[in-house]
Amino acid sequence: MTINSHSRRQELAMLVPAMLFLVAIIFVPFALSIWFSFTDQRLVPRPIPTSFVGITNYERLFADRLFWQAIGNTLLFAVLVVPFQLAISLAAAMALNAAIPFRSFFRSVSILPLLLPMTVVVAIWSMLYRIPTGPLNLVYQWFTGSENYVDFIGGSSTAMISLVVLSAWASFPYQMLIYLAGLQDISPELYEAAKLDGAESWQRFRSVTWPGLRNVNIFLLILTTIQALKLFTQVNVMTKGGPNGATTTIIYYLFQQGYTTQKVGYASAIAVVFFVAVSAIALMQRILLKNEGDS
Amino acid sequence: MLARLLRSGTLLPLVFAIVLALGILLPLLMMLTISLNPDEQDILISMGTLRSFIPEVFSAQNYVDVWMDPSRPFPRYLVNTLVITLSTLLISIVINSMAAFVLAQGTLPIRKPVLLLIVATIAVPAESLVLPQLMMAGWVGIIDSYQVQVLPGIANAMSIFLFFQFFSRMPKELIEAARIDGFSFFQIYRYIAMPLSRPVVSAIAILQFLEVWNAYLWPVMVTRGPEYRPLTVAMGAFFGTNQRIPWGDVMAFAVSMAVPVILFFLIMQRQFIASVMSAGVKG
Repeated sequence: MTINSHSRRQELAMLVPAMLFLVAIIFVPFALSIWFSFTDQRLVPRPIPTSFVGITNYERLFADRLFWQAIGNTLLFAVLVVPFQLAISLAAAMALNAAIPFRSFFRSVSILPLLLPMTVVVAIWSMLYRIPTGPLNLVYQWFTGSENYVDFIGGSSTAMISLVVLSAWASFPYQMLIYLAGLQDISPELYEAAKLDGAESWQRFRSVTWPGLRNVNIFLLILTTIQALKLFTQVNVMTKGGPNGATTTIIYYLFQQGYTTQKVGYASAIAVVFFVAVSAIALMQRILLKNEGDS
Repeated sequence: MLARLLRSGTLLPLVFAIVLALGILLPLLMMLTISLNPDEQDILISMGTLRSFIPEVFSAQNYVDVWMDPSRPFPRYLVNTLVITLSTLLISIVINSMAAFVLAQGTLPIRKPVLLLIVATIAVPAESLVLPQLMMAGWVGIIDSYQVQVLPGIANAMSIFLFFQFFSRMPKELIEAARIDGFSFFQIYRYIAMPLSRPVVSAIAILQFLEVWNAYLWPVMVTRGPEYRPLTVAMGAFFGTNQRIPWGDVMAFAVSMAVPVILFFLIMQRQFIASVMSAGVKG
């Protein structure tokens, strides 16, 4: 009996540190976030004490044109980057899963972008997008034969696309590796059987590869969407939310409101709305994957 | 060669792989070439032409500038990033694996609810918590320090969950045998479970390494100057002002920043690929 209680004390001592950290880093800030969203809390204390303001922040937020613009921009970014990035990842995974020469060299090279911090990627792409004579503008002029240049980062119609391409380049290897794992889980016998049935490579993809990747696809769809909704670093370094707010995302707006202009109460309302949206998406994954398990 | 590739159906994959590799290597080559060119005027003239991809001059001038610049001390930033990354990893792995071992193999009745709570927090986006965390850091008085950058990375629900998965698959007989041999619960964790979990440790360490090494939003908010600022924030500071961007210096900074990670990756390549792949399987 003494041994048992001794062992339990040990267990508790091993569990408590992690719990304390989770409470201090996640649960308390989470509760504070909700509390702040109902107050006029400022980042730096003012002479006037902080007061409870009810749902004022939420009312103002939902009437805030800039907030809706940020939501629209974030959704636009997600809608563009998710299919684009996943298509590249899947194509790359399939190419690197085939018996091509120098396969391990190609695999190593294609992982490189994942290793570069986002700020380095932004530096590289700022150079590629440079006006008037960056590499991409020279390519553009070469193809169109015109003397004009495209202001990739500064133009309101191209800024978002520029962010999409840069972001896909920076993070596709992660999804590629997960696709590669998924492809290797598909039994080779299925491909053999399809071949015996006379299926062409496109039909083999339709009837074996694509259904075999169903769970991986759902997982990556959610993962990449959530990743896209968090877009911040690229915006903060490269576009500063501009031009004219065309690349202001939810997290960038939260940062501006809460940090730059110090309106913690208002920004906390943004954080709560953001949290609810991300949770809903994560929940969707659970449901989709569970359905798969049942059927 | 071509005929054989065509017959085996690998021509298309090969072409795609080559295009992909060029799309990755050309920008990196340009970064390297420009970092070796000390003449800013010449960089601007050559930008985009073939000369910005194939180095003609091999000068370390930009590297010397970047490494010696007292207003932007690269060595200091590197040390900061290393201190923050290594301490986060070390503390996080010890604390999270201990907790996970209790949840997987312990006898405490609260294990189930605690586990559920941890799994629920996996989906909480860290970005939505930065403001209250910033306020708390201000109350405790640790703004602009190493601690403030290390502490948030330690609580990692995903890491606990991955350790938990591994530990629950350990054979019960092994644990039981050790208990009969007189091992305490902690000793079983320390001398049996941890030595067996080297692959999980490296997988979690690598995933968390990328996360901490690349951290940007939080360090921007909690650092005030070069003393505790990490590399990512220093890199970001080259941009955004309306000044002319010193491309040679920026690229020398970028190369200096990327090389340690790429070397680390080349050494750990197999574990690296395995760890990202295993993170996906859990879906």
